[in-house]
Amino acid sequence: MSAGLMIYNVLCLAVPFSVALLLAALGENFNQRAGVFNLGCDGIMCMGAFLGFMVPFSLKATPWAAYGNLLGIGAALAVGAAMGVVFALVTVTFRASQGIAGIGLQMLGWGLAGTLFRHFVGGVTGVEGMAALAIPGLSKIPFLGGVLFNHNALTYTALLLVPACWFLLYKTPWGLKVRAVGTHPRAADTMGIHVDRIRYQALMLGGAMAGLAGAYLSLCQAKMFSDDLVAGRGFIAVALVYFGRWSPLGILGGALLFSIAQSFQLSMQVWGIKFPYEFAVMLPYVLVIVVLALARKARQLGPTDLGKPYNREMRF
Amino acid sequence: MNRNKILYSGAIILAVTFIAALLVALVLYSIGASPLATYKTILTGPLSDLFGVTEVLVRSVPLMLVALGIAISFRSGILNIGAEGQIQMGVIASTAMALAMPHAPKAILLPAALMAGALAGAVWGGIAGWLKAKLQVNEILSTVMLNYIAAQVYTFLLRGPMLDPNELETGSGTPQSMRLPEMAFLDTLVPGTRIHMGLILALVAALLVWMLLWKTTLGYRMRTAGAGAKAARYAGIPVERYLIVAMLMAGGFAGLAGAVEVSGVHHRAIEGISSGYGFAGIVVALFGALHPGGIVPSAVFFGILLIGADMTQRSASVPANMVLVLQGVIILSIVSAQSFLRNPYAQERFFRWFGKFSSSARKAGKGAQS
Repeated sequence: MSAGLMIYNVLCLAVPFSVALLLAALGENFNQRAGVFNLGCDGIMCMGAFLGFMVPFSLKATPWAAYGNLLGIGAALAVGAAMGVVFALVTVTFRASQGIAGIGLQMLGWGLAGTLFRHFVGGVTGVEGMAALAIPGLSKIPFLGGVLFNHNALTYTALLLVPACWFLLYKTPWGLKVRAVGTHPRAADTMGIHVDRIRYQALMLGGAMAGLAGAYLSLCQAKMFSDDLVAGRGFIAVALVYFGRWSPLGILGGALLFSIAQSFQLSMQVWGIKFPYEFAVMLPYVLVIVVLALARKARQLGPTDLGKPYNREMRF
Repeated sequence: MNRNKILYSGAIILAVTFIAALLVALVLYSIGASPLATYKTILTGPLSDLFGVTEVLVRSVPLMLVALGIAISFRSGILNIGAEGQIQMGVIASTAMALAMPHAPKAILLPAALMAGALAGAVWGGIAGWLKAKLQVNEILSTVMLNYIAAQVYTFLLRGPMLDPNELETGSGTPQSMRLPEMAFLDTLVPGTRIHMGLILALVAALLVWMLLWKTTLGYRMRTAGAGAKAARYAGIPVERYLIVAMLMAGGFAGLAGAVEVSGVHHRAIEGISSGYGFAGIVVALFGALHPGGIVPSAVFFGILLIGADMTQRSASVPANMVLVLQGVIILSIVSAQSFLRNPYAQERFFRWFGKFSSSARKAGKGAQS
């Protein structure tokens, strides 16, 4: 096999792998820019994945079957936003410690998805999922066509969301408010910005995107649901935000790096290079720790009030 | 004053539990189970006979040990979410130690196995502590990642190098290690049940942790570093060093919990041995107000919940994952209540509102009487 073909194969696999991480990390970026560190992202993805699977699964034999996938994605967005509100209630209104609250939300989402799945479905069942949608014309471009333009609709959406998130964050009044609230909430408050309201909105948006990321996993990638489908991708997404230095473009780079590592690992097994399967699975998690250790200077670029609850009544 | 404070926090925690139970009842109702019947099974089922009671205590031993370690780390300002992985490392090390010296006398083998487990857990936790202290790596993310890594190392070892040779020959291929030599077992406390000496060990550990945190200079410094890192540094306390020490201890306790599970209950390393103790331990520690005096009863309480959840799975067909939901809701409620307790403004406003409410209720009551 030629080196060019090998690279082509790795990249063709890497793009779909990156989508879930990309969506979740872009959403988490809004949370962190607004000053809230949402570790519950993983739990939200679990619920999104469950609903993304459950809705088309239960609509299979009804006249609604044609809209199953769309409705599933809608449900995943809605449940993500709802869990974002729950997290906002705990960390913004009640001003609880965000790290532990995030773990609580993660357990809640993970446990709830598992409970509902076992109750309503039971065993492993597949769904049809979303089919690939080759873009006419563009998908015929040699090399680039296969890598970029031969995936399903959610992949294109995720890639288009990168400039969209950049625009929203840097070129709109709302984005300015989000960044202000995460950097200096007291100054923002003095200027008449509702700190809590902006944080609620950011958490809802971030939650909805995490839910969408979950739906991508169950509808497009695995085409089924199981308890360990998400497997810590929410936490990896949080780490990617650090790695991407809180910018959508950096996050895209980080997501691609991770998915290239993952698809390279899979390709190596296909090429017959033997090493224990467990070590291959371990690779992305080790990579997260390495990336976080290397990204320590980046922390100075982050939102200064990240992780600190804002209380307008406190004087100090 | 101090007693009032304890009563007050106790009342808040009870109120929080009640709210959490109500929220989970909604979930139970939505999947068509009767909330009252489910709660009754969970809370009274495990306590209906002696065997059930001892099983609750068996579950509470690892919970207690893990939660003690987590309390140390939380008090020192570092959030250890990695107990799950640290337990598995402890299981591996203590099993390997016990299998390495099959003919050693009990007085040597048992302590050696337990120490090996604690040491392995401490190293695994210490990695996260070192990363936090030296490279400012967020400890929640690093411990979560170390959990996933430990799980893979664990399955790799159980399916490969540590697999019981008998499993290969007889062919069932269950991924488990060889059975430990009997000299490495913890003694059974009540004949005919599974309750073992680990319970005594955990209670002694609780006492030691209390003494460490509140009666020694080391503990004082660790708590100071956790309460306010800047102030502690200003007072000359090397905060980073105590972060590492705290994670070593937290990991050590989790590793010890794994070792105790092996030598007290399963007598060999099996898959799924930690069965969520690492995550439940976080809830136990928070529920016990990060104090050994609270952790001991709260570990027993969560022991009841874990056994009860297994029972509802069989009798009321409520999946055992329900426990995770309950734990998540309890964590969210507790951290909310804690920040309420820390915020005097919010308390004042609440009681003013509550006072108005109760005085108007009293007035209304009087009006109805006259």
